[in-house]
Amino acid sequence: MLLSVEGLERSFGGVRALDGAAVEVSAGEVHGLIGPNGAGKTTLLNVISGLFRPTRGRIVLGGERIDGLPPHRIAALGITRTYQNIRLFPGLSALENVMVGAHLVRRGDTLRRMLFLRSARDDEARAREAALQLLGRVGLGDRAHHRVSGLSYGDQRRVEIARALASSPRLVLLDEPTAGMNAAEVQAVAAVIREVAKQGQSVVLVEHNVQLVMQVCDRITVLNFGKVIAHGEPQHVASQAEVIAAYLGSDA
Amino acid sequence: MPDFAGFFLTYQSLLAFIGLNGLLALSVYCTLCCGQLSLANAGFMAIGAYTGALLTQNAHAPFPVALLAGAVLPAVIAVPLGLPVLRLRGVFLAIATIGFGEVVRLAFVNWSYTNGALGLVAIPQKTRLWMIWVALAAVMFALARLRGSRAGYALEAIREDEAAARTMGIASTHYKLSMFVLGAAIAGFAGALEAHLTYMVAPNGYGFSRAVEMLVYAVVGGDAVFHGPVAGAAFLTVLPEALRGAGRALGLSPGPLRLFLNGAILLAVILFLPNGIVSLPRTLRERRMRKASRAALG
Repeated sequence: MLLSVEGLERSFGGVRALDGAAVEVSAGEVHGLIGPNGAGKTTLLNVISGLFRPTRGRIVLGGERIDGLPPHRIAALGITRTYQNIRLFPGLSALENVMVGAHLVRRGDTLRRMLFLRSARDDEARAREAALQLLGRVGLGDRAHHRVSGLSYGDQRRVEIARALASSPRLVLLDEPTAGMNAAEVQAVAAVIREVAKQGQSVVLVEHNVQLVMQVCDRITVLNFGKVIAHGEPQHVASQAEVIAAYLGSDA
Repeated sequence: MPDFAGFFLTYQSLLAFIGLNGLLALSVYCTLCCGQLSLANAGFMAIGAYTGALLTQNAHAPFPVALLAGAVLPAVIAVPLGLPVLRLRGVFLAIATIGFGEVVRLAFVNWSYTNGALGLVAIPQKTRLWMIWVALAAVMFALARLRGSRAGYALEAIREDEAAARTMGIASTHYKLSMFVLGAAIAGFAGALEAHLTYMVAPNGYGFSRAVEMLVYAVVGGDAVFHGPVAGAAFLTVLPEALRGAGRALGLSPGPLRLFLNGAILLAVILFLPNGIVSLPRTLRERRMRKASRAALG
């Protein structure tokens, strides 16, 4: 198991956003995380990526406990993410955003640049090439040099995906990556997600587009009020009464 | 053939202060470029100035040693200061660093060894114009090469969105502290240079208004790129002198009117060039393009 989350609790004042949530993700798996608004999906991603500390519970990545570590350490251990409310670096171009994402896989080059060493130039060219390739993969090759603040929502989300993939993480957390996209764009993102999983990287996908979730996810966890109410393979989960009740109301 | 030698002789001290103020503006830029509003640099400058002056005056140390110590001591102090205060954000960091500046100033006011509020006088004048400009060139070169490096991207990311930068694996505290320390070293070095140029240091020269002055250089020049602060420092150092000449030519009395014009020009720059004076060419170009497209649309 690559990632296992057990008994995770997180409270904000009197509100228990996570109340014993548990998720297991294996290598190369696309794991869907669904549930109604306020179920705690984004909070779970925030705790896993280290932005929030858990009140209780444990998170283990590849055999190592990571709960309570600062976000940059967690990223260095191989978890990167995108954000539901896009958090790109607005003043930078798409390419530069992805270059920042490659921070963990680039060697420090400040001193080598001061000395105009050839190796620094080569490193930079390689990083630029890799970033361009990633942007091509998410379908933004032609907009690499645009400032991200001028891109459409859908494009910005794709830059975020490229940025999250730039450090070749073991696990990517995607928080509603297709919000605001049209059907063709959604299919392009689905293809990227499948490709990532095929390379052995894992994906946790928070998504309201149930069709997309059913289509790309190997397994699904359903949260409601911070608790897991169902988990398993898509067909299995979709048929459970509790899930239907949570989404459509108990009378449905 | 223009009279370069005469020009240099006449404007030597102005050129020296342009260079020194450029260094101070860059010391503020170091923290601004990763989104930190620190006003500690007047305090670091004071420490550098006193360190350098005491070393040459009392210990008869060689000038390079005094300059080096003037940069190193503030940098060393910046580490334990930066670790707690860089956890603060925005205006809270500014307030905490103003506090540091005041502590430094008051310490020198009350320290009898450094002659209290009167400060040190008759410091040997060892600073030469070329030293200031070589230092400025070196700092500008380093900052220019930092841009586009892995660390340079990290700094820009921290300025734009620190939390997002951290989830990309950027150890933001490390970078913020490094730039805080670098800024302290540059400010201290400039302080030591200035002390050996004006032969005196006094605590009240390094108060709150000095800290704000450096910040204004950086902001007026443009804090998005490293040459902005230098342009701002040059502009604001030359402006009062230029107005002095213009006022005399127009037969205006010096004094209040000159200060008023100085303030008015400053205000105009802030209002019309929010990205600093280095953004002037781009702003003009964009305006021309807008006008052209409007004309094309009829």
